[in-house]
Amino acid sequence: MSVATTAGPRPETGADPRRPAADSGAGYPLTRASGLGLGVAMLWFSLLVLIPLAAVIVAATGAGWSRFWQTITNEQTAAAIRLTVGTALLVTVVNVVMGTVIAWVLVRDRFPGQRVLEMLIDIPFALPTIVAGLVLLSLYGPKSPLGINVANTRAAVFLAFLFVTLPFVVRAVQPVLAELDREAEEAAASLGASRFTIFRRIILPSITPAIAAGAALSFARGVSEYGSLVLLSGNLPHKTEVTSVRILSAIENDNLEGAAAVATVLLVISLIVIVTVDVLQRRLVRRG
Amino acid sequence: MKLRTRVTAALALVAGLALSACTGSPSSGETVTLHIVGFAVPEAANKAIAAEWQKTPEGRNVRFETSYGASGDQSRAVVNGLKADYVHFSVTSDVTRLVDAGLVDESWDDGWNKGIVSSSIVVLAVRPGNPKNIQDWDDLIQPGIEIVTPNPASSGAARWNALAAWGQVIANGGTEEEATEYLRKLFANVVSLPGSGRDATTSFLSGTGDVLLAYENEVILATQNGEELDWVIPETTMLIENPGAVLKDAHPKATEWLTFVLSPAGQRQFALKGFRPIIDGVDLSGIEGVKDPNNPFPEVKNLLTVEKDFESWEALSKKFFDDENGIVVKVIAESGKAAQ
Repeated sequence: MSVATTAGPRPETGADPRRPAADSGAGYPLTRASGLGLGVAMLWFSLLVLIPLAAVIVAATGAGWSRFWQTITNEQTAAAIRLTVGTALLVTVVNVVMGTVIAWVLVRDRFPGQRVLEMLIDIPFALPTIVAGLVLLSLYGPKSPLGINVANTRAAVFLAFLFVTLPFVVRAVQPVLAELDREAEEAAASLGASRFTIFRRIILPSITPAIAAGAALSFARGVSEYGSLVLLSGNLPHKTEVTSVRILSAIENDNLEGAAAVATVLLVISLIVIVTVDVLQRRLVRRG
Repeated sequence: MKLRTRVTAALALVAGLALSACTGSPSSGETVTLHIVGFAVPEAANKAIAAEWQKTPEGRNVRFETSYGASGDQSRAVVNGLKADYVHFSVTSDVTRLVDAGLVDESWDDGWNKGIVSSSIVVLAVRPGNPKNIQDWDDLIQPGIEIVTPNPASSGAARWNALAAWGQVIANGGTEEEATEYLRKLFANVVSLPGSGRDATTSFLSGTGDVLLAYENEVILATQNGEELDWVIPETTMLIENPGAVLKDAHPKATEWLTFVLSPAGQRQFALKGFRPIIDGVDLSGIEGVKDPNNPFPEVKNLLTVEKDFESWEALSKKFFDDENGIVVKVIAESGKAAQ
C-alpha cells in the first residue's frame, strides 16, 4: 500500500547486533550468537512490519482526531467495516469446523486421490487473487454452469473469503494431528471411552492451539481480501462493498489520511480478534 | 552469402545516411531512452505509435521503457519518483497532480490540443441484438434494467460515465435537480460497481447486467478480441479526453514524440485501436471491430465536453466527486441505503 511509503520514524534498532543484550533484565543473559539472532530478527521485523504499521497509524492521525473519527464513522465506511469483519468472523467459524474435518480426513483416512487433494488444498494460496475472482465469477456468476448465481450479493463476499482462507486451518492442524500419539487414544478406548469422549478429551486439547492459530490467520486474511471478490461482489455501497474497496476509493481521491484511518481500524480489530482467539484457546487447553 | 549480407548492410547504411542527410537530423548512433508512463487502455496504441515513429529519422534511435497501470496509481507513482519523460493519463486531474508536484510545467495544456492526446465517447454497451431495446439514456432508468458501470469513487476513469449521465439531462433542458434525480434512478438500477473500466467489462462479459456504461474504444477493442457485444451511441453523450504531457526535466526527444503522437500518423494508430482521432484528416480505413467500417466513428448529435459543459476538471471534481459532498458520491451512497 502506498501509504507505507510515507516516511515513518527512524528505525529504533535498539538491539545492536554485535552487543549481547545482557541488560535485558529478564534474567537470561544472551550468548553472543543468540544476541545476534535476536538483533537480526528485530531489525528484520522492524523494517518489514513495525515501521510500516507505525507509518500507517501516523498517517491516520495526521489530519487530526476529529477528521479520523469523521472518516471511520462515515456511514458507508462503517457499513463496509461491519460487512468485512462480520463476514470474516463467520468464515473463520466455518473454517474452524471444515478445516479440522479436512485435516482429519487427510491425516487419518486413506483413499484414492488423497495425494492430489493434499496438493490442491494450497491452490487458494498459489493463485493470484484476481484469477481466483475470475474463476469464482465464471463458476458462481450469472453464467454459472452449476446454476448457482451469487454475483453482486453478500453471499459472493462470503464465498470469496471462504475460498482464500480455506488452507489456513487445514495446514495448521494437519501436522499436529499427524504427530499425535495414537497410544493415548487406544488406552482411552480400552478403558471404555466413547469415540466422542476421546476426541473431546484427548485429541481436541492437543490440536486446539493449531486450530486457534489457523483461525487467527484465516480471519486476518479475510479482513484484508480484495482481489478475489471485486469482480463477483459488485462493490455496492451498504450492501457488498468491503473495507479494502473503501480504502482504495480514499486513495483514488488522494485522501491518504482517510485510507490510513480505515486501515488502522482494521488493524485494531484484527489485533483484538487475534488476542481473543489466543486467550480462548489457552482457556480451552487448560480446561481440557 | 556473407558478401551479399555485407553489401546489403552497406547499402542500407548509405541509404540511411542519405535519408538523414535529407532531413538534416544528426545521424549519430547514440540511442535515447524515453520513459512512458500511462494508464492501461492505450498501451497497445502507444506501442504501435512507437513502432511507427521508430521508422522515421526523428524516432530512429529512440528506445522506450514503458509502465502501464491504473491511471491514478500511475500518476501517484510518478509523484513518488517513477521515472517518466512522457505521461498519458485517463483524466486531467492525474496530470494536474504532477503540476502540483512541480514535475509538469503549468503551461502543459496551453497548446492547440489543450493537453489532450486521445479521445473517445461514452457509449451504452448491450447484449448482442439489444434484447432490452436500449436506445437512449431514458431507457436505462426503466424498472428491471440492470446496469454495470465502474465505480466513480475508486476509478477515476469511470467518472466520464457519471458526467455523461448527468450532463445529458442538463443538455436537454433539465435542471440540476432533475439531473441529480436522474443519477439517483440510474444508480438504483446499478447491479455492479467494479473497481475499474476493465473489471466492469469483464463483469459484463461474464453475464452481469443488461447494459454496461463503457467507452467506445473499450467496446471496439472487445469486439476486436472476439467478444460478443453490441453498443448504442446515445444522441447526447460525453467526449472522453485523455491528456498527455511531457515532464519538465524530460529528454528533448520527448517533445518530438508528443508531436508525432499528435500527427495524423500517430492518431491513425489510436484510431486503429478504437480511439477517435483528435484531429481531422486521419486515415480511417481498415479499422476492425467497428460497426460500419466506412463510417467507423459516427458523429454524435450532441457531444458534451468538459470545457463546454463542466467548466474544468478542477471545478467538476469538487462538485461531483468530493469525498463527502460530491453529487455523484452522495447519490451512490444513498442508492446503497435505499436498496437495503
